[in-house]
Amino acid sequence: MRFFAILRIALNALRRNKMRTVLTMLGIIIGVSAVIAMVSIGTGARAQLEAQIESMGQNIVSVFPNFRRGGVSSGASGGEGFTVGDCDAIASEVPGVVAISPEVRAGGQAIYGNKNWSASVYGVNSDYLQIKSWNVVSGSNFSEQEVRTAAKVVLLGKTVVTELFDGNDPVGEIIRIRNVPFVVMGTLEPKGASLMGSDQDDAIIMPYTSAMKRLAGNRAAIRSMIIQSESPAVMSLVEQEVTTLLRQRHKIQDGADDDFMVRTQDQINEFATGTSKTMTALLGAVAGVSLVVGGIGIMNIMLVSVTERTREIGIRMAVGAKARDVLVQFLTEAVVLSLLGGGLGIALGMGTSAIIASQMNWPTLTPGNAIAGAFAFSAAIGIFFGFYPARKAAQLDPIEALRYE
Amino acid sequence: MRPIIDLQSINRVYRTGAVDIHAVRDVSLTIHPGEFVAVMGASGSGKSTMMNTLGCLDQPTSGLFLLDGIDVSKLSPEQRAEIRNQKIGFVFQGFNLLARTTARENIELPMLYAHPPLSRREQEERVQHVLELTGLTQRADHVPSQLSGGQQQRVAIARALVMKPALLLADEPTGNLDTRTSIEIMGAFQDLNEKGITIAMVTHELDIAQYCKRNIIMRDGRIISDRPVENRSWAATEMKKLESEQLAADLAS
Ligand SMILES: Nc1ncnc2c1ncn2[C@@H]1O[C@H](COP(=O)(O)OP(=O)(O)OP(=O)(O)O)[C@@H](O)[C@H]1O
Ligand SMILES: [Mg+2]
Repeated sequence: MRFFAILRIALNALRRNKMRTVLTMLGIIIGVSAVIAMVSIGTGARAQLEAQIESMGQNIVSVFPNFRRGGVSSGASGGEGFTVGDCDAIASEVPGVVAISPEVRAGGQAIYGNKNWSASVYGVNSDYLQIKSWNVVSGSNFSEQEVRTAAKVVLLGKTVVTELFDGNDPVGEIIRIRNVPFVVMGTLEPKGASLMGSDQDDAIIMPYTSAMKRLAGNRAAIRSMIIQSESPAVMSLVEQEVTTLLRQRHKIQDGADDDFMVRTQDQINEFATGTSKTMTALLGAVAGVSLVVGGIGIMNIMLVSVTERTREIGIRMAVGAKARDVLVQFLTEAVVLSLLGGGLGIALGMGTSAIIASQMNWPTLTPGNAIAGAFAFSAAIGIFFGFYPARKAAQLDPIEALRYE
Repeated sequence: MRPIIDLQSINRVYRTGAVDIHAVRDVSLTIHPGEFVAVMGASGSGKSTMMNTLGCLDQPTSGLFLLDGIDVSKLSPEQRAEIRNQKIGFVFQGFNLLARTTARENIELPMLYAHPPLSRREQEERVQHVLELTGLTQRADHVPSQLSGGQQQRVAIARALVMKPALLLADEPTGNLDTRTSIEIMGAFQDLNEKGITIAMVTHELDIAQYCKRNIIMRDGRIISDRPVENRSWAATEMKKLESEQLAADLAS
């Protein structure tokens, strides 16, 4: 029998029971659209995540104070953060460290003309931008000399430029932070949201010495340190060495908890992608279940259809249809049903993900192989769940089928 | 000449729960190419059961059935389907048309399963031919529910003829039809038979059986009479008679 003849018979049969056809397809539609939406959103979110991870810089090892540590702090620097000495020691003693920058956090209103804006102020050294792979778009980075002299200079993130200068080039202008005037040396390229969701462009960056001396009255501690290591391979080695070194420097007794935490970029990535993987697995399970339920729906309706059309099967067999012809006919019907459902599901899934994405401000990507996969899977469901009813039809005895009332 | 149909001591027993129904008992029958046989008998005498066997739809419980010299019981279901498709045209007692499917599509049905497949053009020509033969050209795109009983019967006949079978089996092709349509159909059968098609048909009516060449009578599953037809009726003559009778009746009223 010719392919198009088979297809036409299948389409005619499905057209005769439009409502039933649509309801039967619903399971597959929902299942496939769930899968497609999930994959699209997941892929978009992962692309976003990858960009965010990228924005952290490369081969980064971060050192934070351990806030969870109980008990009395041991020594001047315990729990409080780190000293310039810690920083220098890591730079000179730990192998595999390419660069290190302390991070001093300070807050305060930044004022320019009649505008003011409360931004996060980061005190860092001149290697910081390079560590974070953060480029200066206009003006220039401050120099080591300016760090040493605690110069009153700042670099502004995109958000600060927008808020204080309406997006005009602020290089050379003077802004005031806690009444201290700072010269704007440069502006930074936009980086977007961080992994934690905060706006990385809402930042004022200055030499850490300036942040400590000019803004915090010399008492501000180094809250954290950011280290760039040579390669991904040495990150955990750097982590270990830094831990040993800091325990020594902070005079922590054997058995006592660290008063700091060292995290490699890998660990942060794992945590971030780990959650998204769990979500994907969960949604995948839900989608899988609904696809199986959809498949069972198809099987159910195909069984009803075979029973209803017993006479038709008998007539076809009487005029020469072989068991194989009948099998192929019903199988085609099931596959057309599931493929149609799959196609509608793909459209619905892409639509849904587009809406969700625009609501959440995410990029969505529907990968081509997800579409191909959804089609293939729909066809497979049609074949799998259509086979039993089709075989039942094919095994009918012509004369008994003709007598069926 | 080798018989096209050779039944040797055929039995067909339906096993339905407690009692066995012996629908066909020890029937032996040979039909040669070119014959035109009418099978008669009371209701329940086993006519349809025998026809289904001849049509390779049903298998006898015992006995031998040679179709064109081939033992049908030795064939696979696939091979029997092929024979039904290629060699035999079957007109069912209850038409058995596909509902909600046009006359044309019903007639095309056997061609869907033809092996090797027929070309699109060949299919169209054949449909056109049998539509003309059965006078259904005007009704080709009607579905069965829009057709009269006689028209449905003719669609069934057209479908049986579209594969150009060597053997036409018809189970009461003129049941439920008026005299005029019956004569028309018998005329078509006589034409086909003249062209060499072997025909076996079931009928209850003696005057219909008179159009055939040979009459068989069944009772309780056995053949009790088998004789050639004398004074055979011809459709053309009978039609003229019918028309003059009608004219006379019209004039009288
Ligand atoms: N599928 C079946 N199961 C059981 N008994 C059957 C079956 N088909 C037919 N019979 C029985 O077989 C006998 C012969 O039936 P068949 O249909 O051959 O009669 P028939 O001569 O064609 O009658 P009619 O003229 O009414 O069509 C009947 O007694 C009938 O009840
Ligand atoms: Mg009968």
